[in-house]
Amino acid sequence: MMNQETFSAAAALLPCWSCKGPVAARALFCSTCGAVQAPGQADHFTRLGLPRGFALAAADLDRQYFGFQRRLHPDRFATRSPKERALSQQQATALNDAYETLKDPLRRAAYLLRLAGRVVDVEQAGTVDDPALLMEAMEMREALAEAAEPEAVAALQAKAERDVAACVADLAAAFAADDLDGAGRLTTRLKYLGKLADEAKARRMRLTRHDF
Amino acid sequence: MLLQIHEPGQTPDPHADDRGLAVGIDLGTTNSVVAVSREGQPEVLRDGDGNGLIPSVVAYGEDGSVLVGREARRQLLERPESVVSSIKRLMGRGVADVKTVAGTLPFELDSAAAGGMVRLKVAGRTLTPVEISADILRAVKARAEAAQGKTVDRAVITVPAYFDDAARSATKDAARLAGLEVLRLVNEPTAAALAYGLDNGAEGLYAVYDLGGGTFDISLLHMEKGVFQVRATGGDAALGGDDFDHAVAEHFLAERAAALGQTTLTPAEAKQALATARVAKECLSVSGQGEWFIDLGDQPSRHALDRATFEALAEPFVERTIGICRGVLEDAGVTPAEVKGVVLVGGSTRVPLVRRRVAELFGRPPLANINPDEVVAVGAALQAEALTVGSDTLLLDVTPLSLGLETMGGIVEKVIHRNTPIPVALAQEFTTYQDGQDAMLIHVVQGEREMVDQCRSLARFVLQGIPPMTAGAARIRVSFTVDADGLLTVSARETVTGVEQQVSVKPSYGLSEEEMAVMLRASMLHAREDMELRLLTETKVEAGRSLLAVRAALAADRDLLSASELAAIETSLAALETLLTTADRAAVQAGIDALEAATKIFAERRMDRGIRQALAGVSVDQLDQTLPPDA
Repeated sequence: MMNQETFSAAAALLPCWSCKGPVAARALFCSTCGAVQAPGQADHFTRLGLPRGFALAAADLDRQYFGFQRRLHPDRFATRSPKERALSQQQATALNDAYETLKDPLRRAAYLLRLAGRVVDVEQAGTVDDPALLMEAMEMREALAEAAEPEAVAALQAKAERDVAACVADLAAAFAADDLDGAGRLTTRLKYLGKLADEAKARRMRLTRHDF
Repeated sequence: MLLQIHEPGQTPDPHADDRGLAVGIDLGTTNSVVAVSREGQPEVLRDGDGNGLIPSVVAYGEDGSVLVGREARRQLLERPESVVSSIKRLMGRGVADVKTVAGTLPFELDSAAAGGMVRLKVAGRTLTPVEISADILRAVKARAEAAQGKTVDRAVITVPAYFDDAARSATKDAARLAGLEVLRLVNEPTAAALAYGLDNGAEGLYAVYDLGGGTFDISLLHMEKGVFQVRATGGDAALGGDDFDHAVAEHFLAERAAALGQTTLTPAEAKQALATARVAKECLSVSGQGEWFIDLGDQPSRHALDRATFEALAEPFVERTIGICRGVLEDAGVTPAEVKGVVLVGGSTRVPLVRRRVAELFGRPPLANINPDEVVAVGAALQAEALTVGSDTLLLDVTPLSLGLETMGGIVEKVIHRNTPIPVALAQEFTTYQDGQDAMLIHVVQGEREMVDQCRSLARFVLQGIPPMTAGAARIRVSFTVDADGLLTVSARETVTGVEQQVSVKPSYGLSEEEMAVMLRASMLHAREDMELRLLTETKVEAGRSLLAVRAALAADRDLLSASELAAIETSLAALETLLTTADRAAVQAGIDALEAATKIFAERRMDRGIRQALAGVSVDQLDQTLPPDA
C-alpha cells in the first residue's frame, strides 16, 4: 500500500506544456527543458517561500519577492514565445498579489484568518458589535470634525497612527499565542483604526491645501 | 570576463543577432532622443553636428513631403500653418480636452470630426496625433539606422508615468505605424532612475522630478542591488514647460494689445507668439533680462522681460508641481527627509525657479550631474538591452491612476487602486438591478474622483445574453488585467451561466483596429510584407522553443526510445532545423506540428516514468524546482 505522501507526490506531477515531460505542479520552471510553467495553486506564503505567520519582517518579504520577480517578471521573457510571455505575466501577477496581501498588516491578518477558515471582511464596511470600538470611532470622528487647525488634525492623525501601531503589536501577540478569536477581534479593530488614520490624513491634506 | 551562467528560461535569444537592433526612444513633447546600449554602455545617437535632441516638430509640405526635427522647427515661424509641434499633448485626447490647452489653439482642428480622437488640419491634410507621432518616430528610427548602419525595428519607448491608458495605446499605435515593435512602454521617471541609479550606484529611496515640455511626473523609487521598485507616482499629463511659454506669450500679447489695440489671432500667429515666448524663457534661465520682438502682420512690437517677472508668470505652474510632490510623499507615507536624493529630469528643470522650489521642498539640492534631456533615452536604451540580451536589473512599476467601473448613480467603483504593482489582475462582482435584465453596460473609467463624469472614460461595452433572473440574482464578474506596459484589458462574465465577453480596452479617444489597418496600408508601402515578416519571426521563435524542448527531453530520457523511434524524432528535428533557414512560415509551422506528432509516444512514456518514479518514492525534489531563498 502506498502512503499518502507518495500518492500526492504522483498526483502533483503534470506534463510540461513545452517538452511534455513530467514536472512538479509547484515548479516554476520545467527541470528538463527550462520552460516557465503556469503559477500553481499555492497560498501567498508558500508562493513567496515564507513561513506562514503574522510576524513578517519587511526586509524578508522584499528579498523573497524580488528574488522570484527577478526570474519570473515579463521583462525576462520579452523576446520569447507568446505562450511563455503570457505565463510569465501570470506568474508575476500572482507574485504581486501575494506581495500586496502580505505587505499590509491588516490584509495579512485577514488573509491568515481566512486560511484558518475564518472570515474577516476588510474591504466592505461590515457591522461591528464591539460597543467600545464604536464609541472610540465616534469620539475620534467628532474630534476630527471639530479640529479646525492643521496642527490639531496632525495631532489626531499622530494619535490614530500610534493606535494602529499598538493594535498591530497586539495582533502579532494574538497570532503568536494561536488566539484566533482575539486575532479576529483585533483585525476588525485594526480596520477601523486604519480608516480613522486615513480620514485624519485626508483632512490634514485638505487643510494644508495640497493640490492633489 | 566572468563566465555567464544562464538560469533555465533565461537563456538569451539565440537568434538575437538575426534581429535588427533594439533602441531606447524618449518620445518627448518638445524633443525626442534615441539611444542604444551595448554591454551596459549606453550611447545617445547624434546627428553629424553632434546634436542628440531631435525637435518633436513636423513640417508638412503641400507636395506631401514630411520634414522632422531642426529643419521643421526652422519653418515654424515662416509657415506656421504647415508645422506641428507639441503633438504629445494631444495623444489619446478628445476634442474637449484640447480646448483646455490654451485660449488660442496653436492647432487647427478638424471640426467635422466630432467625438473620438482629435484630428488636425495641416497643409491640406487631416491627421491624427498618432500619425504625426509616427512621423516623428520614423525620423528617430532613420537617425538610429544611419548611426548604426543596421535595421532598427524594435524599441523601448518611454511615456510619462501619469499617461492614462488612452495615451499609452496611442503611443503604441504610433510605433506600429512607424514600423517599430514596442518591446516595452517604460515610464519616463523609471527609465531616468535606471540610468541614474546604475551609473551612480544609488541605494535607498529616491525621488525623480520630471518636468518636460508638456507633462509632469514625480516618482518615488526604492533602489537596491539592481532592483528599481516604484513606491508611488503622481503627476499631471497636461502640465509642463509649454505652460510657461503660454504664460509668457499671453503676457507679451497683452502688452501688444495695450500698445497696438486688440486683434484676433490666427492659430498661425499664436504659434509665432509661443515660439518667441519659448526663446525668452530659455534665455531667462541663464541671463537676468532681455528684449524680444513679435512681428505679426506688418506691426512689430517690442517686449522687455526680466527673470523676476518671468518667475511670477511661471510660479503658479511650479507650485502645482510642488503640491503634487507633497501629495505623492503623503501617499507613500514618506517625509521629505527620508528621500536620499532628488533626480531632475526634463528640459524644464533648467528653469532656476524650479530647481529652487524642489531644493526647498526636499531640503537638499537636487542631483544635476546628469543631462536632463538625455537621461530618459539612456534608461530606455539600457532597458532595451536588458529585454533583448538579458540583465540583472529589475524594474517594478505601478499603475499611476486608479481603474474602475461606473455603478448606479454615476459613482465609480474602483477595481484597481493607483500605485498597485503591475502586472496585476483583479476582479469585482456586480449584479443586475432589474428583473429579467439581459444585458449590462460595462463602463470603464480611470481616475481618482468619485463621480464618473470627473474621471476619464476609457471604454464602454455591453455584456449581452444574461439569462433572465430576478434583480440581484445574476453574478457578473468583471476582471481587469494590466500588463507590464500598463495597458488594460477588461473582461466580463456572468458566473452562473458563463456568458463571457472580452475586450482589449481600445479607448474612446483611440483608433479602432480598422482605422489602424487603413493607416498601416497607407503608411507602409510594404505593409503586407512587414506583417508577414513579423509572423514569420514569431513562428521561428516558437520553432526554436520546440527544438530546445525536444532536445532537452532527449538528453534526459533518450533510453525510453527504440533506435528506430529515436531516428524518426531526429529526422523531424533536422527537418525543422533546416526549415528555420527558409522564409516559409507555413512550412515552419508544419515542421513544428510534425515534430510534435513524432514525439507524442515519447511524451507519454516520459509522463509514465515520472509517475512511476514518484510512486516508488524517488525524490520529487529533483523535479520540484523551487527557488533558493536568496537568488
